[in-house]
Amino acid sequence: MQVRVQEAVFDPGTELAGFATGRRDIGAVVSFTGVVRDTSGDLRHMLIEHYPGMTERAIGKIVDEAVARWSLAGALVIHRFGTLPPGAPIMMVATAAAHRAEAFAAADFLMDYLKSRAPFWKKEVTLSDAAWVAAKDADEDALNRW
Amino acid sequence: MNVMYFAWVRERIGLPQETVKTDAATVADLVAELVAREDRYAAAFADVSALRVAVDQELADFDAPLAGVREVAFFPPMTGG
Repeated sequence: MQVRVQEAVFDPGTELAGFATGRRDIGAVVSFTGVVRDTSGDLRHMLIEHYPGMTERAIGKIVDEAVARWSLAGALVIHRFGTLPPGAPIMMVATAAAHRAEAFAAADFLMDYLKSRAPFWKKEVTLSDAAWVAAKDADEDALNRW
Repeated sequence: MNVMYFAWVRERIGLPQETVKTDAATVADLVAELVAREDRYAAAFADVSALRVAVDQELADFDAPLAGVREVAFFPPMTGG
């Protein structure tokens, strides 16, 4: 299990290539990469703030729960902070399990919880404005699925 | 006690963290003390339903007790992922 909170850019392909290799008990690997999207058409960059210390703790707890619940053979979470341009990777999760149903469900669970329970805050800085991204009720509701 | 602020709460109060000497029994009592200090605190805490709180880096409720607590953080709902 690996959790990384970092400012530096990462390459999702390289990360995935090195994930859960050399094991014979894995039948499925699922990955998700979140990317900075320009919703307004004039996004300069996304500013991501986090709570050092609590961030690692909160993600670690979420990952531990996913691993226990879906008997994962491997789990990876990378989440960036700082100033990120449109098109840049923000975060990535990867899960490895014996079967695809477990790998998909665990990745979906990780994404839902990272969105609402990991202490990150996004601010969109456009050419004319800067605004904090508001949490959506749907994001909180998504947790009830689990 | 170390009190931290994030995102627009940090911007409204104008600082990321501060050491607060307090005998507040709960988070809500601490908020009341801060609000009484200055307008910028009152502005940040005007609607606590829009805020979340962490006590010693664990999410908590506003009625959480503060005995023995070293760090309290206030922030808007998280937007990770």
